[in-house]
Amino acid sequence: MMLKQGIDWSDVRWEEVWKASKDTLTMLGASLLFTIILGLLLGVVLFLTSRRQLLDQPVVYWLLSLVVNILRSVPFVILMIMIMPVTKALTGTTLGVQGSIPPLVVAAAPFFARLVETSLREVDRGVIEAAQAMGASRWEIVRRVLLLEARPGLLAGITITAVTLVSYTAMSGVIGGGGLGDLALRYGYQRFQTSVMIVTVGLLIVLVQILQMAGDLMVRRFSRK
Amino acid sequence: MDVCKEVIALIELTDISKSYGTGAGAVEAIKHISLSINKGEIFGIIGHSGAGKSTLLRCVNLLERPTTGSVKVGDVELTQLSTTQLQRERRRIGMIFQHFNLLSMATVRDNIAFPLELAKLPKSAIKQRVDELLQLVGLEQHAGKYPAQLSGGQKQRVGIARALANNPDVLLCDEATSALDPQTTNAILSLLMDINDKLGITILLITHEMHVIRSICDRVAVIDGGKIVEMGDVLDVFLKPQHSITMDFVSQIADSFDPRELINTRSGRLVKMNYVGEITYEPLLFNAVKSTTVQFTILQGTVSRMKNTPYGQLVIEFIGDNGEIDNVLNDLRAKGLEVGELK
Repeated sequence: MMLKQGIDWSDVRWEEVWKASKDTLTMLGASLLFTIILGLLLGVVLFLTSRRQLLDQPVVYWLLSLVVNILRSVPFVILMIMIMPVTKALTGTTLGVQGSIPPLVVAAAPFFARLVETSLREVDRGVIEAAQAMGASRWEIVRRVLLLEARPGLLAGITITAVTLVSYTAMSGVIGGGGLGDLALRYGYQRFQTSVMIVTVGLLIVLVQILQMAGDLMVRRFSRK
Repeated sequence: MDVCKEVIALIELTDISKSYGTGAGAVEAIKHISLSINKGEIFGIIGHSGAGKSTLLRCVNLLERPTTGSVKVGDVELTQLSTTQLQRERRRIGMIFQHFNLLSMATVRDNIAFPLELAKLPKSAIKQRVDELLQLVGLEQHAGKYPAQLSGGQKQRVGIARALANNPDVLLCDEATSALDPQTTNAILSLLMDINDKLGITILLITHEMHVIRSICDRVAVIDGGKIVEMGDVLDVFLKPQHSITMDFVSQIADSFDPRELINTRSGRLVKMNYVGEITYEPLLFNAVKSTTVQFTILQGTVSRMKNTPYGQLVIEFIGDNGEIDNVLNDLRAKGLEVGELK
């Protein structure tokens, strides 16, 4: 029926689309913020504890690495459901924008941590050695050498993580997370309103495009090579 | 208190060993090295790659902690210090590197300011000091540039300025010119000599190029297989190398001084002579033979300068009356030349 009659744009309730877009942006912003904080911390610790690095704690590294791998191997849809008790304890709800932020962070932080670890590994060992020779402490090396030198890589990592988070926010619609994914699911899929589906997907594409362009711009702005 | 200008050891390495790994798989990079570097001198350590020179240099500021032995810099036993104390002591030991190791994300000015910020100097003092250093290394025009915008020689100048920022007593140079072209190498070497001269900073450098040793070093140690095989004043080591490794290095810059072939083909008396100092520029040979009937031919030789000292090293064939030649040779010996007969 839908195919014969073409797409009925009157199905689209724009104030709902507007609200869902705002929800998506809120989820993205909040989860990205927490992901960056936690992922950066975890990534730095992973890097420092790895073999022949400043802390060189193979056992700690192995344990952290295991946790990260476990979290990364669970599909996001399952992870959301698995950590519902944690979500409830943290935010008081498992629904809506609030309820979707903890699973988003738990899924994205280990992912971002690996990207952080990789970009820190790219930092020239010689520069770290030079800082040591100048009498820099470990903390000064992390803050003033590693994070500075890895900045383009970290910005690229944040961009990739943000884009990944956009698709995760859409998935959180499955458990009533709100946002554009939720809208697409409820109207586009369950009520066969293709127009809503097209609008939401279109908006997600635009969002990802903007994030990627902004990220690339930042990387270029901070590259010195 | 020493009143006279005496030789004072600034760096003292005593019985340093460094091994990697444990048990049967352990590799000993340095084997019982003892070394004393005097205040104000330029000391060179030369060796092939893998000889242990890089490890040895890193033992001086404990970037590598020796497995056994003592490291004293200016009377402070570094191996006994706590982490914080060591970090403080390291500010008195500047270091420059083969690949410069600059912060690629920071400007020239910020790179030079980095050690000063670590030392928690006030902002205005940092700015003033960085300006001084930029002038010292001749990079005033490039303060706002990033390392990627600089040539190799300019990068090493930034490295030198950074290493000197906290007025260190010692400058460690880790193959500082090995990544540079010959012209730039010489410019950096003369900058180092200048710094040593003006600021009195003791320089300890490692290299695999004899040219570097000859250009600026006062003393040299030759290292091979984790051991020092020869050590002494550069001139002595250069003119009379004892160890085969040293001879290898010397032959990098001099014509190979293997006169065996000459001995077999020439009929006259072959004499090898070394001389050092101002007599290099005197007409010694001419004066020695002019009142005799002896003739001479220079078969092989070098007349050059080592750091600031002129020297010559020649293989000469004398033809004529044996008695007269003896007189000529004695005459030359009396003038201060070292004369040895090959045949």
